[in-house]
Amino acid sequence: MIETRGLCKIFQDKKRGAIHAVDNISFICKPGQIYGLLGANGAGKTTTLRMLATILEPTDGTAVVCGHDVIDEPEEVRANVGFLSTATALYPRLTSREMVEYFGRLNGLDESTLKKRVDEIFSRLDMNRFRDRRCDKLSTGMKQKTSIARTLVHDPQVMIFDEPTLGLDIMTARTIIEFIRECRQQGKTVIFSTHVMSEVEKLCDVIGIIQSGKLLAEGSLAELRERYRQNDLEEIFVQVVGPYQSSTEA
Amino acid sequence: MNLSVVSVVYRKELTEWLRDRRTLISTVLVPLLAFPLLMVGITALATVMIGNAEKEIPKIMILGGDDSPQLLERLHKLDKLKIVPYADNWKDQISNKDIRAAVEIPRGFQAALADGTAQTVNIYFYQGELKSSFGADHLQKAIEEYRDSVVKDRLAAKNLPASVLTPFEIKQENVAPPEKVSGANIGGFIGYAVILLCLTGAMYPAIDLTAGEKERGTIETILSSPISRFDLVLGKFLLVFSASLVSAVLSVTSMGLSFAILGHSHLMKSSGEQSLNLNLGLTSVVAVFFMALPLAVLFSAVLMTIALFAKTYKEAQSYLTPLTFLVVIPAVASVMPGVELTPKLALIPVLNTSLVCKEIITGTYHWNSIILIFTSTCVYALVAIFLAVKMFQREDVLFRS
Repeated sequence: MIETRGLCKIFQDKKRGAIHAVDNISFICKPGQIYGLLGANGAGKTTTLRMLATILEPTDGTAVVCGHDVIDEPEEVRANVGFLSTATALYPRLTSREMVEYFGRLNGLDESTLKKRVDEIFSRLDMNRFRDRRCDKLSTGMKQKTSIARTLVHDPQVMIFDEPTLGLDIMTARTIIEFIRECRQQGKTVIFSTHVMSEVEKLCDVIGIIQSGKLLAEGSLAELRERYRQNDLEEIFVQVVGPYQSSTEA
Repeated sequence: MNLSVVSVVYRKELTEWLRDRRTLISTVLVPLLAFPLLMVGITALATVMIGNAEKEIPKIMILGGDDSPQLLERLHKLDKLKIVPYADNWKDQISNKDIRAAVEIPRGFQAALADGTAQTVNIYFYQGELKSSFGADHLQKAIEEYRDSVVKDRLAAKNLPASVLTPFEIKQENVAPPEKVSGANIGGFIGYAVILLCLTGAMYPAIDLTAGEKERGTIETILSSPISRFDLVLGKFLLVFSASLVSAVLSVTSMGLSFAILGHSHLMKSSGEQSLNLNLGLTSVVAVFFMALPLAVLFSAVLMTIALFAKTYKEAQSYLTPLTFLVVIPAVASVMPGVELTPKLALIPVLNTSLVCKEIITGTYHWNSIILIFTSTCVYALVAIFLAVKMFQREDVLFRS
């Protein structure tokens, strides 16, 4: 489970001063659920997810992931988290298998467990034909599968996806979407950020609309439709974000 | 600290490093091949050039001397010189390398010699031009022989022995062991080379493991793993340190072998360098490595700290280039004649190690200085590692935009 409590992140910029990238965000994401963070570019999605993965430290507030506090027990949090984004790249001079094994070892898996786990994942994701090929020689789809295998190797209970389909072709994006669904079926806690409405509609059990670091609306798709009297998610998004965006721009 | 995790990070970095052509060239190939190619190449070139210059019979012009037939006759008899007829543009001919030198015999030289009046014979040549210098040397030698014969005749006329002018001989003789002579000749250079190669060997891996990781986007990947930043930095640091040492070990081994082979080769003998003894004691070489260890630690940590600031490989290279000068300047200063190790200089990083290496190579072990330098460099190195770890914990550095 993920629970954020008044999560804040302020960046100091020499020209612009203090920037509130994430401003007092609180939500709960339960096991077997996909929580979708929907927001425009620069809304604060990546910063929120990076704080949940303990890559960034919150300025204020906190979050608890699988019972571990992100500030006090960052290493325990990371041991229970699989983090995947379009920005997380692979080591070019390692093979696909070496890449996955490396992260397995960093997660403390012993050699026999690691071998079993790698064989299982590579078979499941149909990766055996390129397992010994260097990452810099892989196609985009193969790279994305290697990234997925890397996040899965230690069988984390929480999966964090930061715009995982950004810039990918349709077939590769479908693989990712299917993989996220599988995670839910396995009872994992899944949090997922995107600005693609169709992905949210297809996948998310709970949707959080975020703008300028603030969580402006939250609920299931049905709840949001009822609350804003709109059937189309894009219209709901514009209705939620629009006034706030106008006021911040003014 | 989790040693097992540090070892996992180190082994992964090592695998990647061994597969990277750029770092392998800078850390392995350059140190292995640079010295043999440079030394054999330069020596061979020098030998060929000197040999050619020695073989040539230089063209010489005589200015004046019509009233001094004795000296003229002596010069014309020499096989090693070719006398050409006088021309007004003799200066241009020397500058244009048409002739190698000219000798000016003053008017009334022979008569003045008979009277015992002092005269000056001028030799004109092209300074810095090897063949011209050889021509001038031949001329000088011939005229000195003539002067000696005049002195000998004068002494004989007065029934005085030749020993009147040289009542006793002076002879210089080396009593230092061959290792010390080698050390004095090339000791400073070895320290300088080890220090510089420790730096250059570490440079590319340091950039690749920090700025390179940011540029490729793998920094976020590794930071999402459950290892501590300290273990991550330590694993990376150990690889950079290894590269630094490998580079230094290979370069000194290659340099030692080059000196040993060159010392016994016909190249060195034919270029007239027999006096340069090239034997180095193994103990001295091992001691130099021992002193270079903390410096390699210092370089590795400092390079990583600075390179981490950069967003790209190129940006990191531009940050680290000035650092090379900061290292080269004290290293070069230590090679300068007269720069000796003092308690104050023993605290200046790089310069201190370079100076103590120079002493060690000559077989001189000042233990107080060695301990002070080793300890102070270790302290600097530890501070640098601490800063590197701190830098890896700064979000504004890791995710600088």
